[in-house]
Parts: sequence; structure tokens; C-alpha cells
Amino acid sequence: MISTKAKLTLKALGTVTAVALAMASPTLADGHGGKVKVGLITTLTGGGAGLGVDIRDGFMLAIGQSGNENIEVVIEDDQRKPDVAVQLADKMIQSEKVDIMTGIVWSNLAMAVAPATTAQGKFYISANAGPAQLAGKGCHENYFNVAWQNDNLHEAAGAYATQAGYKNSFILAPNYPAGKDALTGYKRMFEGTPSGELYTKLGQTDYAAEIAQIRASDADSVYFFLPGGMGISFLKQYADSGIDLPVVGPAFSFDQGILQAVGEAALGVKNTSQWNKDLDNAANKAFVETFQAEFGRLPSLYASQGFDTANLILSAMAKADVKDADAFRAALKEADFESVRGDFKFGNNHHPIQNIYVREVIKEGDVYTNKIISTGLTAHQDVYAAECKM
Amino acid sequence: MNTLLLIEQILNGLQFGVMLFLMAAGLTLIFGVMGLINLAHGSLYMIGAFAAAAVAGWTGNFFLALIASLVAAAIVGALVELTIIRRLYARDHLEQVLATFALILIFSEATRWIFGSFPLFLNVPEVLKGSITLPGGIQYSLYRLTIIGIGLAVAVGLFLLISKTRVGMRIRAGENDREMIAALGVDISVLYTMVFALGAALAGLSGALVGAIQSVEVGMGEPVLILAFVVIVIGGIGSIKGAFAGAILVGLTDTLGRTMLPLVFGSFMEASAATTVGSALASMLIYILMAGVLLFKPTGLFGAT
Amino acid sequence: MLRERYINLIVLALLLVVPAHAYVTGEPFTVTLATRAVIFALAGVGLNLALGQGGLVSFGHAAYFGVGGYVMGILASHAQNYEPILQVPFLIEGTNAMPVIWLVAIVMSALLALLVGALSLRTSGVYFIMVTLAFGQMLYYFTISWPAYGGEDGLSIYVRNQFPGLNTLDPIQFYGICFVLLCAALFLVDRINKSPFGLALNGAHQNEERVQTVGINVYRVRLVAFVISGAITGLAGALFADLNRFVSPTMFSWQISGEIMIFIILGGVGRLFGPVLGAALYILLEHFLGGLSEYWFIYLGAILLGVVLFAKGGIIGKLAKREVSHDG
Repeated sequence: MISTKAKLTLKALGTVTAVALAMASPTLADGHGGKVKVGLITTLTGGGAGLGVDIRDGFMLAIGQSGNENIEVVIEDDQRKPDVAVQLADKMIQSEKVDIMTGIVWSNLAMAVAPATTAQGKFYISANAGPAQLAGKGCHENYFNVAWQNDNLHEAAGAYATQAGYKNSFILAPNYPAGKDALTGYKRMFEGTPSGELYTKLGQTDYAAEIAQIRASDADSVYFFLPGGMGISFLKQYADSGIDLPVVGPAFSFDQGILQAVGEAALGVKNTSQWNKDLDNAANKAFVETFQAEFGRLPSLYASQGFDTANLILSAMAKADVKDADAFRAALKEADFESVRGDFKFGNNHHPIQNIYVREVIKEGDVYTNKIISTGLTAHQDVYAAECKM
Repeated sequence: MNTLLLIEQILNGLQFGVMLFLMAAGLTLIFGVMGLINLAHGSLYMIGAFAAAAVAGWTGNFFLALIASLVAAAIVGALVELTIIRRLYARDHLEQVLATFALILIFSEATRWIFGSFPLFLNVPEVLKGSITLPGGIQYSLYRLTIIGIGLAVAVGLFLLISKTRVGMRIRAGENDREMIAALGVDISVLYTMVFALGAALAGLSGALVGAIQSVEVGMGEPVLILAFVVIVIGGIGSIKGAFAGAILVGLTDTLGRTMLPLVFGSFMEASAATTVGSALASMLIYILMAGVLLFKPTGLFGAT
Repeated sequence: MLRERYINLIVLALLLVVPAHAYVTGEPFTVTLATRAVIFALAGVGLNLALGQGGLVSFGHAAYFGVGGYVMGILASHAQNYEPILQVPFLIEGTNAMPVIWLVAIVMSALLALLVGALSLRTSGVYFIMVTLAFGQMLYYFTISWPAYGGEDGLSIYVRNQFPGLNTLDPIQFYGICFVLLCAALFLVDRINKSPFGLALNGAHQNEERVQTVGINVYRVRLVAFVISGAITGLAGALFADLNRFVSPTMFSWQISGEIMIFIILGGVGRLFGPVLGAALYILLEHFLGGLSEYWFIYLGAILLGVVLFAKGGIIGKLAKREVSHDG
């Protein structure tokens, strides 16, 4: 069942990529006429490939739909290795001469690539990672983030837990910088006191020991940030343990791509996200429909971010020539595009000021998915923006 | 930490150890009999998990899925042995490492090509869901108890196979003297294929068992492969008994280290620093254990000198 | 022997001509790729001394590669922020002078290799492979969870470090630096191989008892070789960090140890230019196969497998059609 779906995806993918590459031909188009070359580096092989594939598919879908022939996209696979990402970025800037870089999934890779890109006078538009360093003191006029600042979803989860009346959550995350940021973000908005705080090994797959500690604690809820396979493992084992404390998490562990692998264990879990497929706006409806038609699967959070990133770039292209960096930057800053999130605007540090919603995992027919149940934070801006001198 | 929690954590350590044993048993058997370092053992684990997930998806039956994992891994193992692995027995360890590393690349990407980039679903069967109450009031997951049971049964079975049966006698003979067993008229190449397929089947089974409570995804085999190597090196390479002792030791050390170290550091440090330092040390603990064992017993606990 | 020498000369000539040509024709990325190949080759030359000459199969050379990288990262980040590394008991400041960084990288990785080697060399065979791997893994997990220098995020350096009289940001000049260092390491290793020490090291690989009966302390010979080997790989790590202007724990991962090993086996174990040719080929394959298909790892795997099965002694072995000569 899954294999046929995958094949479908591949076929669809081939066409989109081909279309994109064919756009190098010099033809007239509407708008400003300046040609733009985008370098998209993302993870397309190995365990984390699902996220990268979604970003790419979302991005290319928007490019394909625009019919704009003045944009050329070069796609490369970073294998989730920072040094490979740096090499590819060098290649794209030095020999492909791209104007804009985008696509990176992971914060540690983004930290390796984004500052170097902006230092060389190119634009970096993040479709996913939003490390704190780039939002605060290290913000840069040529760095834009379309997704979120890393803390945002965790903050919304903390706010939701407070609203829901939880007093002492048990919180856990992997022992690496993004994990620590996650728990800090949660605690920033959580008014109770955590009954326990655990850092697990990065890549850990067995959580029996942690679950036993949760059971032995006096916690009234559980918050976890365990991206990728770690989250799938944790949720399955947690559901099997028979503990019935409510679970809250960021969208990453409840995303369309992995939800089918978690299955029933995720049902009813509340998670926070800046996007969901049931957000009521025309752009989103069209996006969900066309994405499904093109790729044979429901779009994920990552796909929506890739889609918005491409549309942001297209909107700026219509207003300014990328060779005029100041004008193009101003055009990007305006964010004059139909975001699938509804209203979208950038703060002073070029990170979004946006609503973050609380979703619940439900089952629609055979498919596990999310529905929005409330708004966790309204027009939320990250705390680092104040440190950014822009 | 109270006694009940400690006992529960010890059970968790045992379960983790038993699961590692299923991986390590095949690895150590293959090394002991054929002298082969097989980095692709983790790929067989992954193949078992994917086969189980696919069959469970079609039939909805977990036990068929387990059988599928055994069969698929054994068949792939036998095919790889026949076409590639058998050319490596006479080579040195270095070439074996490179060739089996190349196999990892091929297996991982081929799996992704067939099944796609997203993790698959495999769940604990209804009958094994939930937890039961053990004497003393400990709530423990029925599925995890089952894994402990299956693992122990496999350990006993392997032990009997090797010490009591004709095939086992040949395996032991093969470990000691490869020329002699060939001289005795045993078709050594058939024996080798069988041993490799057996090791592969165990890896596949362990992948399927674990896949039900973890994530079935490409690349799931490598972390557990490294752990399995740690296990067989601690136990002494080639020794099933050693693999069992090593697996339990690693399982307990890792699980107890993870839960106790932050507490230990917390007794004399500020809480959040203690969590950080404790978790950092815990993630290094089994490697420290392995280095320590090898320094005192350079051929592992049960290794031949 | 003669034939192998020709091959070596051709490899060296290509390493000079290709980047120079790319530079002239304005393809800076080819120069970057060549730099990467040369740096990996240097790491391989280091490992090859222990592995090829001494038969010490270290599966943990990423440890020295990573230490070299982090020496660069730590020194340069302190220089960048004007914060001293240590004030008590005496003042240590960061630096962005390459020669100083190299020296510190060599010393630190040699010290680590001394420690790891002294412990690991008590074991042999597969146990040695695995215990060296264990030390690499310890450092990997340590750097991931050590917050001071970025943990898993790693450390970015915004400007490449300085070398007196050169503009290191110019790709071809940085390439020149790496190339010269590679040649120096090749020269050093060649001299070692031909020295009495090298003969003893190789002799111990071939027949340990025989060397022992002559009254040579095999353990000590191996330990010295292991330390030199670690130091060279450490230097390569510092250069790699400078190439990327970035360090992260992935430099310590077991995959890096495996890759360095692959360069050697691909080119030819125990051959002076084995790792050089191996690294260059690997980078070429990675570059060209990557553009071929999303599933290019399958092709890479098949090619590596083919080399092991059908080109015994690596590419140089196949081309030179001779066993490694041990007479020097």
C-alpha cells in the first residue's frame, strides 16, 4: 500500500522538477522581469528525508503553479550532514551563482550555512529551522524566516498547558541545543512548576526508563520534544505503558508525515502548530487540494512552509529585481503573498509574527490527521526580536 | 528513587539487554564461525522491521508479520551470503568492513526506494497491549515482558542448538578449525550459508519485535548495530554465552545509568547542571564500560585468549 | 615499483593542474572540491601510517579529526569574540593565525592518540577496531551534550583564519596551503616508512614474534606510530574546519572514521598515495553520482563493493599490478 504511494510521489516529483529546470530558458514573463536563481539545499536521503522531501515538494508546487519562467531552482541533498551542506552552499554561491538560498531542515545545518550565505551578500530564506542566534543578536538584514523561531511552538504549548490548568508537567527533550531551547521555551509560558525534567540521548529509541520515571512522578501532564523517529518511539511506548496523563507536544511529532507511523497512540494528543490543513482560507484550501492531487498524500507542516517560502519569493520578484538588493529586501519584508496560514507578517528581526494554534490528533476515515481546537498564542513574536538591532 | 521504581528500571534494562542479545547473537555467531565482521547486520534488522510492517499492513496479523520478518531477513541474508559475503571470508577485516559498509548504503537506499521516505506503522498486537501487575504491585508492559520471554527462549534454543545437535557440533568444529571440518566431508559452504541466514533471521526478528514499539524507518539499524558490536566485544567475540552476558550488562548499564546518574550528580550539584552533566555522562557510559572491560580483559569476558 | 611511482606522479600532477585550470577558467567550486579531497587525503595519509604500515585498524580516527577541528573552532571563536580562553592560572587567548592553530591541533590530537593508543594497543584484532571506535563515540556524545561550544549545533567562524602573507579567503591560495601540507605529510610518512622505525613497524605487522626476538619493543613502536598517525589526522581536521569555517560533532561520528578508512582501501592499503587517490575518487564519485539520482548511495555502494571484490589492493594495486613492497 505504502509502496504504491511512494512510487506515485516519485513520478509526480519527476515532472515538477523537470518543469522547474526547464525554466532556465530566457523568455518574457510578467512582473519585474529580473531573473532569480534559488538554491534549495535540503535532506533527501537517509532517515530524515521525509521532511526535506516535503519542503521541496511544497516549494516546487508553488513554483509550478505560478507559471513564472524567470525563476530557476537548483536542488541538492545535504544528507543531513553539516559539512556537506556547507560544501553545497559554497557550490551554489560560487559556481551556480544563486541569488537566494533556502530549504535547510535542521538548525545545526542552518547555523552552518545561513550566516555564511548572508555574509556573502545573498539572501537566506529559511523554510524550517529558526535557531535563536539568528533571531536575536545574530539577526541579519538578508536573513528571513518563513516558518517560526525555534521556541515558538514550545511557547505555545506552555501557554496551552497553563490554559488547560496543568500545574506540574513532566518535560523531556534530547540532550542537544534544540532540546534545551524547547524546554526553556515551554517553561517560559508555563505557569506551573515541572515535576521532572529529563534530557535523553540524541537518537535514543527506547524510553522505558523515562516512562517509568513519569509513572513514578506526581506529574499531571507530559510535555515532550522528540523530533523524528524518537517521537514515534516515545509515543508508541507511552501509549503501551498504560499511563493516562495527557500529553502535549509541538507539531513535529504529530505531523502528517509521521502520524500514520504512530497510529492510534497519538489519538487525542494536543499539539501546537502555526498551520493546519483545516485553516479556513482560500489559499490553504487550494494548497491542500492541489498538493494531494499532485503527490497523492496530505501535505505536512513542512510542505506548507516550503509552499509559503516559494510564494514569498515570487511575491518579491513581482515587485523588485533581485539584483537591487535593497528593493528586493523591502519587497520580501512586505510579505505581500497569500499565505496558507492566513495573515502573515514579519517582525523587526524578519521572523514571523503569527498565530500559533492548538491541534488535536483525530482520525478521518483511515487517515490520522489534526484539527484545530483553539488558538494558543495570537500574533506571537519571539522573545529574541528585542535583541535584534534592525 | 524507591525500590519499586528501581525494580522496574532493572526490568527495563533486562528487556533492552535481551533485545540487544537477539542482534548480537547473530553477529557473534557469524564472526565465530566464518570470521566475518558484518556491518550490514543492522540492515537485516531494518529489513525484518520493514517486512513485518508491510505484512502487518496487508494482513493485520502481528504473528504473520513476525514470521515474515524471520523469512524475509533469512532469505535476504542467504542471498547476500551466496552472492557477496562468501567472497569475503578469506579477506582481511578491513576489506570486510568496507564491503559490508557498502552493503549498508545499498540496503538503506533500496529500502527507501521501495517503501518511501516516511516511517512505517507497526503496532503491538491487541492481545499483548497494556500492562500487567507483577508481584509487589509493579505495573509492567505485557509486550516488554513478552520480548524478555522470546529473547530468553532464543538464548536457550541457541544454546541447545550449539551444544546438543549435529549442526551445532559442526558449528563448533568450524569455529575451531575450518580446514578440519572440510576434511571431515562436511559441505562447509552450505553450513556457512545456514549460519548466516540464521543470524540474519534473528536480526530480522529483533527488528520486527522492536519495530512495534519504536519507529520503523530507514537508518534504524545503525545505532543498534554499534550497540550490538559493543555487546559482543564486551562478551568476547564468537561466544554466545558472552553475547548474552554482554547484552544484559550493556542493557542494565545504559538503563540504570540514564536514570541514576542525573540523580547522583543532583546530590551535590545544582539541578539543571546535574541533568546536563548526568545525561552527557550517561550517553558515554557503555563506551566507557567497554573500554574498561577490554583494558582488564583484552579479549572480552568470555573470549578465547 | 616503477609503475607505482608513475601513478603517484600522475596523481600529484593532476592535483596541481586540475585546481589551477579550474581557477583560471573561473570555477571556484572545483577548487573547493579539490581542497576537500586534499584535506581528506591528508587525514587518510595519517590513518594509513597506523593502518597500512602498522596493521592497526583504527575505527576511531574521527576522534583526532574532530579534535583538530575543535581546536580550530575554539581558538578562532575566542579570537573572534575577543574573550580569553583561560584567565586563571594564566592567560590564554584565542588566535586566528593558522600556524599556531595547526601546532595546537597537532599537539592536542597527538596527546589524545597517546592516551587512546596506550590503552587500546593492549588489545588486538577486532577488539582493537572496536575499542578505538568506543573512544570515538565517547567524544561524539561528549561534544553533542557539551553546551559551551555549541553542542550539536557546532561552531561557526565567520572569517577563515589567517596565514602570514596569503589571502586565505581566496580558494586557490587556501588550496595551495593544504596541498603543501599534504606533500609535507607524504614526505614525512615516506621517510618514516623507509627508516629503521618504519621497518620495525611494518615488520611487527608481518610477524610480531620475529621483531620481538630482535629486541624491539613492539608496543612502543606501535604507540609512536599511532601518535604520529593521530597527529596528522588532527592537522587535517583543523584544515577541514577552516575549509568549512564550521565545526560540529559530526566530525567525531563513526561514519567519518569509516570514510577515512574507505579512502585508504579504495586507493590501496599501505601504499603511500593510496589515500590520496582514494579521497580524490571518493569526492569525485560523491559529486557526480549525487547529480544522477536521488538514490545515488546505491551506486556508490555498488562501486565500493566492486572495488573490494574485484580490485584487490585498491585502485593503485590494480594499476600497479604488484603487491605492496615492504623493502622501502
